[in-house]
Amino acid sequence: MTDLTTTPSTSDALPLQAPSLPRYGTIAAIVFAIAVGALVSMVIGAGYVAALVIAWLVLVVALPLWSLAVEGGRKAVDRVATLLIWSTFGLAMIPLVSLIYTVISKGSGILSGQFFNNSMRNVLGEGGGIYHAIFGTLIVTALAAAISVPIGILTAIYLVEYGKGKKLARVITFLVDVMTGIPSIVAGLFAYALFVLIFGPGVRLGIGGSVALSVLMIPIVVRSSEEMLKLVPDELREASYALGVPKWRTIVKVVVPTAIAGIVTGVTLAIARVAGETAPLLIIAGFTTDTNLNPFSDRMTTLPVYIFQSIASPPGLYRQEYEDYAWGAALTLVTIVMLLNVLARVIGAVFAPKSGR
Amino acid sequence: MAGTVQESPTEPDPGGPGGSVVTSGDGGSTGRVGDRVFAGLSVGSAVLIVIVLAGVAIFLLEQGLPALGNSGESAYGKDNIWAYVGPLLFGTLLAALIAMIIATPLAIGVALVISHYAPRRIATAFGWLIDLLAAIPSVVYGLWGINFLALNLVPVYNWMGDNLGWLPFFEGPVPNSGRTMMTGGIVLAVMALPIITAICREIFAQTPKMHQEAALALGATRWEMIRMTVFPYARSGMFSAVLLGLGRALGETMAIALVLPPSVLVSFNLITAEGASSTIAANIANNFGNASGSKVDTLIFSGLVLFVITFAVNFLGRAIAARGQVKG
Repeated sequence: MTDLTTTPSTSDALPLQAPSLPRYGTIAAIVFAIAVGALVSMVIGAGYVAALVIAWLVLVVALPLWSLAVEGGRKAVDRVATLLIWSTFGLAMIPLVSLIYTVISKGSGILSGQFFNNSMRNVLGEGGGIYHAIFGTLIVTALAAAISVPIGILTAIYLVEYGKGKKLARVITFLVDVMTGIPSIVAGLFAYALFVLIFGPGVRLGIGGSVALSVLMIPIVVRSSEEMLKLVPDELREASYALGVPKWRTIVKVVVPTAIAGIVTGVTLAIARVAGETAPLLIIAGFTTDTNLNPFSDRMTTLPVYIFQSIASPPGLYRQEYEDYAWGAALTLVTIVMLLNVLARVIGAVFAPKSGR
Repeated sequence: MAGTVQESPTEPDPGGPGGSVVTSGDGGSTGRVGDRVFAGLSVGSAVLIVIVLAGVAIFLLEQGLPALGNSGESAYGKDNIWAYVGPLLFGTLLAALIAMIIATPLAIGVALVISHYAPRRIATAFGWLIDLLAAIPSVVYGLWGINFLALNLVPVYNWMGDNLGWLPFFEGPVPNSGRTMMTGGIVLAVMALPIITAICREIFAQTPKMHQEAALALGATRWEMIRMTVFPYARSGMFSAVLLGLGRALGETMAIALVLPPSVLVSFNLITAEGASSTIAANIANNFGNASGSKVDTLIFSGLVLFVITFAVNFLGRAIAARGQVKG
């Protein structure tokens, strides 16, 4: 018995396991790197950004070197790759975190009842608000949704239910893809060119903004609705046909209700997307300091355009006040867009058809 | 509903492609009329999309082409229209190029984290965070770019100007505002990142499990497995993702309009304010409000140029994606 156990240890038989870093190796290296970074930056008197950069450099060099010594080259390369790939994620989070932090910290100061209840009419400097811009955004976006949702969903229904294998369907799919890529400012120019034909040059209308936004919104609605309609199992359709239900009723009463959660999610996301659009509205809806609730006459300010104008061309003396307005409006806009996004997810999660029992 | 169901047994099944209506004696059958109306509606809205897109092209051509002869005052003081649009086009391409150089490796890394590195539960949350990045309006990016990012990048630019100044890209002088081509490119990179990530991560996740497991079973490390199975499988998809991100970066307006000072010139100097050429989209946004007469035509013409380029880039991207799907 003792013979058996002792013999392998004396001979130089191959080990069953390749040598590897201890389980806590990565964590130890991270702690070590942070310590070095903090120490160095304290010694040379640099800020926490420098400390982080140094810590990262130390980590990227030290862990692979350790690994190279213990585990060999291939494992070391793997560790470098893992580190770099996780670093890209960290790097990508920096803009998101800093953006949200900046918007909240700079924008929350100005929010008040006055800010939401005043327009910029007769305001120079303090006392202005975003009342007109909020209503502009609501009206323009609602009209855009009213135009694009029926067209988008009906097109998706055509693609899934009627157009299978037809040439027109292939053309439409392709064009919808192309439409997804239209730069928003080109959509604005299109709406402008269209309305110039009707109303003459220099036209600025809220409804024009809605038309421009629909050009951007329709492809998003078509895409998401199409995906959702495709997910409806054919058995449901066949069962309905077998009962003698006409095709259009099958679609309206069986197919669409089954997919409705996904469709509503897609529509909500599309609304969130276009609510933040600036460029087309700048061109066709224009800018005004007044509250205008009629989309069919005159200029109409929306929140994004309001932000842009407050920064791009503030009245010289009141630069600071207008920057504050811009941040307040940005916080409002981001909040609206985020709420719409959360709403979309909730709708998707709550109303999704239950998958089996 | 109930009424029609009772009537409908007499009606033929309009279901499949060959299921055309043969006989329907009773005139009041809602099924047939309803079917026609509904099919008409859905075909109509599909055709409407064709019309709208044709309209975009036709109206832009109609309003923009007259500007081809513009010069002097109506071309914003340039000798001919191309002397005006050319530098803007250069600025557009340069900003988009910087954005792609920064965004592509980042996006691929982030996509790999979500598809292969992070545990499943966390990966979903990570994907959601990246989607948030896509949801933020572009004007807010511009606001952040000009008031936060640009200012914080000034020390970096100063360092670049001091140490890399011998490269023509980093000559300086660095403006205190930090509003440079580089800043514009970085903002665009942040905005294009979620698009590229979204497409890449979907394709990465589609890599056949068997290939991956085979590689791991042969003793490959995770990185070797990714290089040997995931990247070859996803190559065309990654390429088309980058092209679609490029399409976004080319057409992006507000961030650039806020971050870059409006000037029309050709310069490779990335970290100075004087040498920053504006982009087509930003230039339209900055000037459209004050433009009148033939200047409007000039701006619309530049928009037409932008439309053609983004169309080409997106077309290429979709074509490559489609080819990859057939092959895969």
